[in-house]
Amino acid sequence: MSGGHAMRKWTAGQIVLTAVGTIVSAVWLSPLLWALLTSLKSETEAVAVPTHWVPEDFTFQAWRAIFETGNITDWFVNSVVVSVCVTFIVVLVSALAGYGFARTEFRGKNALLGLVMAGLMVSPAVLGVPLFSTVQSMGMVDTYWGMILPQCAPAAMVYILYKFFQGIPKELEEAAFIDGAGRWRVFFTIVLPLSRPSLAAVGIFTFIASWNNFLWPYMVTNNPDLMTMPNGIATVMNSYGIQWAQLMAGGLMAGLPLIIVFVFFQRQIVAGVAHTGLAGQ
Amino acid sequence: MSTVGTALRPPAARPAATVHADSARTRLARRFQHGGWFVAPFLVLFALFVLLPIGRGLWLSFTDANISGTGERFVGLDNYREALDTPLMWESLGHSAYFTLLVVPCIVVLAFLLAMLAHHIERAKWLWRLCFFAPFLLPSTVAANLWQWLFNPGTGMINHVFGLDTPWLTDKSTAMLAVVITTLWWTVGFSFLLFLAALQNIPRHLYEAAALDGAGAWQRMVHITLPMLRTITGLVITLQVLASLQVFDQVVVMQDFGPGPEESTRTFVQYTLEEGFTSYRVGFASAISIIFFVLIATVALGRMWLLRKREEGVR
Repeated sequence: MSGGHAMRKWTAGQIVLTAVGTIVSAVWLSPLLWALLTSLKSETEAVAVPTHWVPEDFTFQAWRAIFETGNITDWFVNSVVVSVCVTFIVVLVSALAGYGFARTEFRGKNALLGLVMAGLMVSPAVLGVPLFSTVQSMGMVDTYWGMILPQCAPAAMVYILYKFFQGIPKELEEAAFIDGAGRWRVFFTIVLPLSRPSLAAVGIFTFIASWNNFLWPYMVTNNPDLMTMPNGIATVMNSYGIQWAQLMAGGLMAGLPLIIVFVFFQRQIVAGVAHTGLAGQ
Repeated sequence: MSTVGTALRPPAARPAATVHADSARTRLARRFQHGGWFVAPFLVLFALFVLLPIGRGLWLSFTDANISGTGERFVGLDNYREALDTPLMWESLGHSAYFTLLVVPCIVVLAFLLAMLAHHIERAKWLWRLCFFAPFLLPSTVAANLWQWLFNPGTGMINHVFGLDTPWLTDKSTAMLAVVITTLWWTVGFSFLLFLAALQNIPRHLYEAAALDGAGAWQRMVHITLPMLRTITGLVITLQVLASLQVFDQVVVMQDFGPGPEESTRTFVQYTLEEGFTSYRVGFASAISIIFFVLIATVALGRMWLLRKREEGVR
């Protein structure tokens, strides 16, 4: 627990813990390694019995095949478009709403806040059929809008930011008001810059959720050209009859962008989780 | 007052302002008024894609609507009566509940253990975080496909490594278990991260004080760590219960979109979608959805009620 930051000693306890950690991590990551090695086998070697870890002949055949035969590049682009739009809209809209609920007064505020909290319990899994029926009546089935907009009303994110904004000292805003700044200016020049860690956390979690969302795009798209990565891989690639090496290559393609994002942003993610009050109050 | 206003800079100057600046205060108060515009964009989306579907679902649940959603006839409570009389609904609800009962305790314990490990190892902290969180970054369908193959009886790694001969996904007794194992591996990272952040939030001086008093590692864990993690544990349990009751992705992908061996893995969400999109019974499916909504709301409100009661008990 104690000790300086620059020179940490290898105590007996640390050696044991690190060894345990290494073993657990190796077990934990082995399925991913297995997927990677499989994607480098030929289709026949992938299903060979007995199973073996390391390919006898390394080949990029499966990786080449997913780019040549399927519409995986379309799915990738669709995923990027949908996730980026959803993340942008969610961060903007929930920051505004969180601030509105935390720091302004208007008629019926508490009733509306209660209603939004009730929205925490609604998801496409809970009310999928009525949601589809609603979106259908708006003529948005098989469109980008139909995939994007229904993901953009996350009560949870509003709640997280509402809690965060409540914690910002009111004096900061009062000072700016007295100096003659308007409410919008205060919001954009004082409140938003202060909330960067929370906004980052909300953005990253929204992006992960949207990139990985399967159920809603599955319901609202029939056209394979419009599918996102998760549902293209699950519904189209499987229907060819399963080609395991290709499936693993496609799966890694779908997972890789987020793993890269996480490697770069993990400090912000952990800090964001701590900051947003998600962990412990 | 306006000339004074630019000179005043709280908090230092605030007492002076409160003495003879009533109009300034009311003006300040007014600045916080009329916040409706901030909330408006969210409310529009919320009304269209949350409130409207609830209302529409409620209406449809009293009709015999089909997939086109037009020309429906009002049938009163018929759908609800039929739903409650349908064994398939209760079975699928049972499968979702069974899944939840298996997953939640395992996730909580596993996430806690992994977080303790990652918190206490002093070197390369980012590496442990990445390891345990990485699976959560995969789309559910990819995780499901991967494990579907690991569980494959002939060519799968699981049977090979453990020297088994189990037909995991095609046997009624193991099909749901395989989904549970997949889910643990795939989702524990999220709860792990919550526990890790909570562990980092525990003030260090508590441990230092306890160490001075001669408390051992075990005593520090029982008397400091576990009590300090009470809130986050409650949150993790609630989030996991709500998410697990709504399970769909992994199960259907691992069972190739079918109901599983002897229909043993059909979950509640899957049943709803089958009625709505395969049998085209939108009215009936809406009734089941509303029943499900009430169930989820009961769990969530129950938690809030328990929390409030505990807070009152503390006081």
